[in-house]
Amino acid sequence: MAKAKGKAAAQKHRDGGLATEQLHEMYYHMAMARALDERCWVMNRGGQAPFVISGQGHEAAQVGAAMAFDPSQDFLCPYYRDLGVVLAFGVTAREVMCGLLARANDPSSGGRQMPSHWGHAGRRIITGSSPVATQILHAAGVALAARIRGEDTVAAAFFGEGSSNQGDFHEGLNFASVHRLPVVFVCENNGYAISVPLSKQMAISSVAARAAGYGIPGVEVDGLDPLAVYQATQAAVARARRGEGPTLLDVKVVRLTSHSSDDDQRSYRTAEDLAAERAQDPIPRFRAWMESQGIWDAQQEKSLAARIKGEVEDATEFALASPVPDAATLLDHVYAP
Amino acid sequence: MAMTYLEAVRETLRQEMRRDARIIIYGEDVGVRGGVFRATEGLQEEFGEDRVMDSPLAESAIIGTAIGAAINGLRPVPEIQFADFIFPAVNQIVQEAARIRYRSNGTFGVPMVIRAPYGGGIHGALYHSQCIEAFFAHVPGLKVVMPATPYDVKGLLASSIEDEDPVLFLEHKGAYRSIRGEVPDERYLIPLGEAEVKREGTDLSIISWGMTVNSSLKAAENLAKEGVSVEVLDLRTIRPLDTEAILTTARKTGKVLVVHEDNLTGGFGGEVSALIAEHALFDLDAPIRRLAGPDVPAMPYAPSLEHAFLVTPEKIEAAARELAEF
Repeated sequence: MAKAKGKAAAQKHRDGGLATEQLHEMYYHMAMARALDERCWVMNRGGQAPFVISGQGHEAAQVGAAMAFDPSQDFLCPYYRDLGVVLAFGVTAREVMCGLLARANDPSSGGRQMPSHWGHAGRRIITGSSPVATQILHAAGVALAARIRGEDTVAAAFFGEGSSNQGDFHEGLNFASVHRLPVVFVCENNGYAISVPLSKQMAISSVAARAAGYGIPGVEVDGLDPLAVYQATQAAVARARRGEGPTLLDVKVVRLTSHSSDDDQRSYRTAEDLAAERAQDPIPRFRAWMESQGIWDAQQEKSLAARIKGEVEDATEFALASPVPDAATLLDHVYAP
Repeated sequence: MAMTYLEAVRETLRQEMRRDARIIIYGEDVGVRGGVFRATEGLQEEFGEDRVMDSPLAESAIIGTAIGAAINGLRPVPEIQFADFIFPAVNQIVQEAARIRYRSNGTFGVPMVIRAPYGGGIHGALYHSQCIEAFFAHVPGLKVVMPATPYDVKGLLASSIEDEDPVLFLEHKGAYRSIRGEVPDERYLIPLGEAEVKREGTDLSIISWGMTVNSSLKAAENLAKEGVSVEVLDLRTIRPLDTEAILTTARKTGKVLVVHEDNLTGGFGGEVSALIAEHALFDLDAPIRRLAGPDVPAMPYAPSLEHAFLVTPEKIEAAARELAEF
C-alpha cells in the first residue's frame, strides 16, 4: 500500500517536475515563513517590534509560485506579505529578523523602511514601497529591459487583489501585453483589502477575468495547494520565456491574520468566517498530503520543527545583537555619491 | 553651429544614443511621429523601434516601467508629452524613482531622465502651459533641470543622461523654436548644480531659470540703454541648487529680483529669497523682490488673458527699474 502511494506521488511530482527533495524544500519554506511570522507577532506583542504585516495563509501560494522562477536570472517585485516568496528566493531568516528590528544590516533598507518592504540587490529582489501596485510597472520595465538586452529573464510581480483596482495594475498589464513582455503577474487573492471584502472592491468575482481586457491568459488557481500554484506559475514562466507575453494568475488564498499588527479583523469578519478559513490552513494540509503519499512522516516533521525552531531562535538572537543604524547615516543615499 | 533650442534637444539625444546603447526613449507619439513637438524626429528611423518606442497613453506606466528598465541596466529617457500631464505619474516619480536609492540604503538606483515640455505663451491654455518645477523641486532624491539656451540644453541633457539619479528635464515650449544659439558639434557636459551669470551687472541682480532667463536678458539690455546695469544669474538647475552663486550675486549688487513664470505662492522664488534672507540680509540695499505668474489655477486660453498672465520682458523691465530706483 505504501509502495503504491509512493508511486502515485512520484507520478504527480513528475507532472509538476518536482522531486521529493523539492517538495520537502517547498514545505520547509512554507513552515519557515509561518514560524518566522509567528515569532514576529510575539516580538510585536512583547513590545520589541512596532509593526508586523503577515502572509499567514498565503504560504502555499507564495512558495509554490516562487519556486517556479529561477532566482539566478529572474527578477522579483514582491509586496509586503511575501515572506514565503523572498525566503524561496534565498533571503535568510537572519535577514528577515534584521528587517523586523530595523537593524543596520537589514538588506532591504538598512532599517529605513517598515518591516516586510522587501528588497535585496544580491537576490534580484527589487525594493518596494507601501503604496500598492507600483511594483507591477517596475516588473514590466525590468522585462522590457531584459528583452532589449537579450536576456532570458522573467519578471515576477506579486500583489494582492486590492491592488488590482489600482491604475498601475491596469497600466502595467496593458503595457506588458502590448509589448508581449516576459512578466508573470501573481495576485494573492485573500478576499480582503484590509477590511473591504472582494464584493465591495470589484463587480466581478474573479481577478483572472481582468486579463481578458489585455488579451492575455488569466488563470484561477487554488492557492492552498502549492503544487497547483507551482504548475500554473511554471506554465506562465514558460510562456514568458517563449516570448509569448505575460500571464495573470489569480491565486485564491486565505488571510489567517489581521491586515497588520495595528488591525483587528474580528471587528469586520465573523467568528464563523475566521474559523472556516483557519480550517483551510495550507500548511497542515500540505503536510497531510505528503504523508498520504508516503513521502513524509512524524519523525521528519519533528526534526523539521526542531530545525526551524533553532533557525528562528538564531535569527532572533542575531538581529537583537545587530547594531541599529548610526544616526549619522540619516543623510546618506539621497543621491549617488 | 547655430540651432534652435528644439534642435539642440534632438541632436543631443541623437549624439548620446550613438554613444551609449543603453539609452532608450519612449512616450506618447515619440516614435513614427517624432513627438508632437518633433523633439525625437528621425530617431526611431536611426535607432529602431526597440530604442525609440511609442507607448500607451498612460503616464504612470511610462515612468513606472522606465524605473524598472533603469534598474535592469538601461538608461531610459521617457518623454511626458506636456508637463501638465505628468500628474498621473507623480506617485511613480516622487515615491518611487526619487526614493529608491534612499529606501534601499543605496543598493538600487534609478538613472532616468524624464523630459517634459513646460511653460506657456503658445496658446496652450490651462493644460498645455503649466510650470511644474515647484512641485518637484521639493523632492529630495530628484534633480530638476531647466535650461534656457540651446548651448545649455546640450551640456545639461548629456549630464542628466550620465547621472545615476532620476532627473526631471524641463524644456520650455516657447523656447523650442524662438530661442536660437551656437552649439558646438563635439560632446560637452555642464555639471548639474552650477548656475551661470548670463550677463554681468552692478546695480541689481535678476535671478531666474528656464525661459524667463531669456526674457530677463532682454529686459537687462533695454535697461542698459537707460544706464541701469543688471546682472542676470541663470540657475540652470534648481535641484541641486547653486546657493553660492545666488549669494555671490546678491552680495555683489545688493538688490535682487527673482523672476519665474510659475505662480507666485509656494513658487521656487520663495526658496531663493529665503536663502538670501538667511545668509546675505545685511548685504542687501533693498527688500528682495519677486516677479512671478499670478495666483490663478493656470494659464487661460484667450490671448488677452494669456498675455496678462505671462511674465514678459516688459514686466521684468518695469520691476527691475523700480528696484534699481529703490
